[in-house]
Amino acid sequence: MTGRIHKFGDDINTDYIISGKYKFKTLDMQELAKHVMEDIDPGFASRVQPGDFIAAGKNFGCGSSREQAPRALLACGIRGILAKSFARIFFRNAINCGLFVVECDTDRFETGDEVTVDLGEGRVINHTRGFELSVAPLPQVMIDILKEGGLVNYFKKYGSFERV
Amino acid sequence: MGMTITEKIIAVHAGKEKVVPGELVQVTVDVMLANDITAPLSIKELEKRGIATIPYPERIVLVADHNTPARDIPSAENVKLMREFAKKHNIPYFFEGGNVGIEHVLLPELGLVVPGDLVIGADSHTCTYGALGAFATGMGSTDLAASWVLGETWLRVPESLKFVLSGERHPFVTGKDLILFIIGEIGVDGARYCAMEFEGPVISSLSMDERFTMTNMAIEAGAKNGIIAPDEKTLAYVRESGALRQPRIFTSDPDATWQKVFAIDVTKIEPQVAFPHLPSNTRSVYSIPKIEIDQVVIGSCTNGRIEDLRMAAKVLQGRKVHPRVRLLIFPGSPKVLRKAEEEGLIRVFLEAGGVIAPPSCGPCLGGHLGVLASFERCASTTNRNFIGRMGHETSEVYLVNPYIAASSAVAGYITAPDKL
Repeated sequence: MTGRIHKFGDDINTDYIISGKYKFKTLDMQELAKHVMEDIDPGFASRVQPGDFIAAGKNFGCGSSREQAPRALLACGIRGILAKSFARIFFRNAINCGLFVVECDTDRFETGDEVTVDLGEGRVINHTRGFELSVAPLPQVMIDILKEGGLVNYFKKYGSFERV
Repeated sequence: MGMTITEKIIAVHAGKEKVVPGELVQVTVDVMLANDITAPLSIKELEKRGIATIPYPERIVLVADHNTPARDIPSAENVKLMREFAKKHNIPYFFEGGNVGIEHVLLPELGLVVPGDLVIGADSHTCTYGALGAFATGMGSTDLAASWVLGETWLRVPESLKFVLSGERHPFVTGKDLILFIIGEIGVDGARYCAMEFEGPVISSLSMDERFTMTNMAIEAGAKNGIIAPDEKTLAYVRESGALRQPRIFTSDPDATWQKVFAIDVTKIEPQVAFPHLPSNTRSVYSIPKIEIDQVVIGSCTNGRIEDLRMAAKVLQGRKVHPRVRLLIFPGSPKVLRKAEEEGLIRVFLEAGGVIAPPSCGPCLGGHLGVLASFERCASTTNRNFIGRMGHETSEVYLVNPYIAASSAVAGYITAPDKL
């Protein structure tokens, strides 16, 4: 997967990703997608091209458990998140929805960088700045869920968590 | 090598003798909770899969507390979806209308969670139930939907952090100040993925209501769960709640492994104010500049219990709210509201010039019943003060305990009762 980077700082919470003002308004992710990051980065949604990535600091996705956060990111075109660390509920939700999450040092990434993420090989390549990072693999159950495109499909295939 | 209380509860639910941090386990779930924001997504997921049977309806709890009474047509539709789902699958614990309270106030009060339970909820403050000596953690709607079908989920066993609190509490220092102080010390990711276990003489001295406040905010430090071993107070609370299931009492072994142990002398802690825009941005109320406010909110899953209202009433008795300030009070449940009425607290609030709102999450997450206009400031007993959390993106939320919220409502700026 290759896409462009949008850079954010530390502790980006789920209220910033999609404000509580909209979350309960609708189950329509296309509608929510228009408001992604609007309180901290107005116009963000309109700048995203399908397949882009976010690179953020520590504790990405902290706060509420609402799955509208990863779903709205996906709906607005974001394919995956690179961050120094993730809040645990968001991390799990992202994978359940099929949004890629990669834990790595994001200091050297800037907005606009062209990046390839290769989860199979466990590496991230920054083409713009000419460097490569290796990333730790996810737990097998999460790889399986991502491979199937989210928990719903995983479930259709395996029917339980007995493989954990 | 022994186990922590968190490890013991997970091990029992995994059917194992022993679990260790980092291990992935499949566990049975005693209570599976969702609200009117998260349940509709879970229900839609199930519909997508064409699920016809829910094997354990009595373990599911659905609480329409976030947008109650319905704020608009889409939120009314969300509750309708929950109501019809509950009816179709014979789910006995669906709460709306006159039965609804804030989920994390309501469930312990009704005895729906007991010590030793493993609880998952599609709400990040599900960690509140740790005050009962249960393992409780937040998840998303899809994880919850899977557990509704299986009665199970999978978990990574968390590392445990132990917080031992001792010393003498300042008269206006409550459970809220203790947890805010800890978050201020370790940061909003200081307990990321970990269990936060609270113990020591100060924890023993706290009422159940204050303990709920502490475990409730474990998530604000990134924790997977907060937990307090059951004692006599816990068991008395559980008996009074008329719990339907038998509690299972677990405590940490002395030779359990903690990733880190924090010894905290509370004597030096003063009432805390968490400044915008992070709960970790804490200061002593006695060391802050004059911050004028437009609104005060007393309530939420953090501070919407009867003791919280008693604290507020103690300050507001015989006083008037500052003319510029709107004081909004959200009793956390119908039972809390009734008690507050019986004890005369409601009259105190009304005579002071407060507004009594229905039991609900209210404006905490910026949706309903008291959102903030641009550049307005609010002193609030809620749990998050992120940018735009309670309304306009230029508004500000300062997190405080009920004493400070009440005295600030009177003064018109953030201050403590002894400075009025």
